[in-house]
Amino acid sequence: MNHFRTFAAVSALMMTTTGVLADEIRVLNWQGYGTDLGWAVEAFEKATGDTVVHEYFNSEQEMLTKLRTNPGAYDVVLINVAFTPQAREEGLIAPIDKSKVPNLADVSPDFANNDALNADGELWGVPWTWGLTSFAVNTQTVSEIPTSIQVLWDPAYKGRVSIRDDALESVQLGALATGQSINQIDDLDAVEQKLSELMPQIRTFWGSENDWNQFMAAGELDLATYWSGSASRSQASGLPVQFVVPEEGAIGWLDGLSVPATSEHKDAAYAFINWMIDPEFYVRWDKEGAPASANAKAAAALPEDAFNRRVLGDPEVAARVQFQKPVPDETREQYLALWQKLKAAQ
Amino acid sequence: MAKAWTRDGLRATALLSPAYLWLTAAVFLPLSAMLYYSLLSDVPFGDAEWRITLDNYRAFFETGTYAALLWKSIRLGLTVTVVCILIGFPCAYVLAKTIRGRSREALFLLIILPFWSNSLVRIFSWAIVLRGNGVLELAVNAVLPFDIRLNLMFTQTAVVIGLVHSYLPYVILTTYLALQAIDDTLIDAARSMGAGKLTILRRLILPLSLPGLLAGAVLVFVPVVGAFMEPRILGGRFGTYYGTVIEDQFVAVFNWPLGAALSFILLAVVLLILALSSPILRRAPA
Repeated sequence: MNHFRTFAAVSALMMTTTGVLADEIRVLNWQGYGTDLGWAVEAFEKATGDTVVHEYFNSEQEMLTKLRTNPGAYDVVLINVAFTPQAREEGLIAPIDKSKVPNLADVSPDFANNDALNADGELWGVPWTWGLTSFAVNTQTVSEIPTSIQVLWDPAYKGRVSIRDDALESVQLGALATGQSINQIDDLDAVEQKLSELMPQIRTFWGSENDWNQFMAAGELDLATYWSGSASRSQASGLPVQFVVPEEGAIGWLDGLSVPATSEHKDAAYAFINWMIDPEFYVRWDKEGAPASANAKAAAALPEDAFNRRVLGDPEVAARVQFQKPVPDETREQYLALWQKLKAAQ
Repeated sequence: MAKAWTRDGLRATALLSPAYLWLTAAVFLPLSAMLYYSLLSDVPFGDAEWRITLDNYRAFFETGTYAALLWKSIRLGLTVTVVCILIGFPCAYVLAKTIRGRSREALFLLIILPFWSNSLVRIFSWAIVLRGNGVLELAVNAVLPFDIRLNLMFTQTAVVIGLVHSYLPYVILTTYLALQAIDDTLIDAARSMGAGKLTILRRLILPLSLPGLLAGAVLVFVPVVGAFMEPRILGGRFGTYYGTVIEDQFVAVFNWPLGAALSFILLAVVLLILALSSPILRRAPA
């Protein structure tokens, strides 16, 4: 409650400095990803008087295209840090005015100093959430929780495995399974070979969290790659699944909130971003299933048994995580061609 | 004379112009926009630099992936068309020649009924029917004394079933129209001259209903070759077809130029197939 009071006070201060005129801010994000939670938007609107409108994208490419084609249309945008340098180089986003996001002080330095977010001595996105891409098991059909990623290749689960239909994620999964760095894949042929061995194991590909939940609920799958935040959401909704961080490691990702260069309501945008990394917001979001917060104070405010504290807060787990770095366009196209070839061969 | 011609010309122009305007707006403009896209090096939004290029068409030939998928899609189109004809022709025959009155109207309604529901809803209901432990498997196991696993979901068979269900009404309706136009007295005459049932079917009914049957086949084949929704939902890991790759270019990868180029190659191949089969189409008695 204390946090909320400071938040309200800060916001009230902002209202007096920027004039009493309320703004409407437009947020560009994935649907159902934190910023559009009804109670969170209401609390923000109540505290600041600014209203929040959402628009959604279905892929990072679509997000970039929307920023390019609609200058001035958005005030806050969620960008995976693997794409932040590209957005910055194209002049799509503005540097963050740190003085207007007081909660930034509580963000772990590991995230705040992330290479992809920092350039020219400025911060280009506020680290918001992070998580892992690994796999989850159906605890009803898999009695012993596996410790190795090789379980996806286990003939015992033939036709009971699913991975996401995504070139980058699949190639990086192959890199983990062949003991390579996900950001520096030296032996792409080995990855291709490994993935082609995985294909017969696969029942179907999944595209969205909704797909994943449906396939699991229908009992179609035993093992499927998944995101840590989504796994805790699926668990919270009653699915018998458990997220596994195997000994080979997992893919780590970090999402940041940026302000488009053409935004006309920057102050309101900063206030919204500040609320998004506020521990009070995060603790409540985590109850409904959230990824891990980049705010150390928010992470520490979680109950002891929370998944994001118990598993992702474990230093032994953190040591195994390989964080995704920006991927050059050529490499991305190379991965895409490899992935399409594998799928077409089915 | 000249005056009369002008008046006729004016009248014809006035009568035809709505149709041509509609064709321009609904067919020509979107298609030319896509043709233009297919020649660009990058999506021409914002500051992205782009130029006119043939690279997107070259990409089709650089790897075997796209050609292999196109062949896979054409095979799917042929399979679905043949299955549609095998099921649709007897249906249409029974409707046109055997059943009369009220019950015919009721049956017609049942055939058109699938058209009234959203196609996505239809495909998802097939997913519920076909999946492991789904409606079909439970029903079969309730009847049979032994346990059986159908495992139809996420196979090519599932894709064919979903597509046949979606496009069967086209074949039934076009064939029905052709069959109904056959004079019953012709059949009686053939029978009175001693022709057997098979001879009547082969020498009389099939040739006379061929135009309808072929029109139905074209109506099924063309959209099925480009189908992407049914393979994606019902096909699982086998569900990658030419159509799904085009969809990926537009939705996931955001490479509109390549997607547009792949669409035009599909259009060209389909037109080529239709042109090659047009002698057969033309030989059919109208």
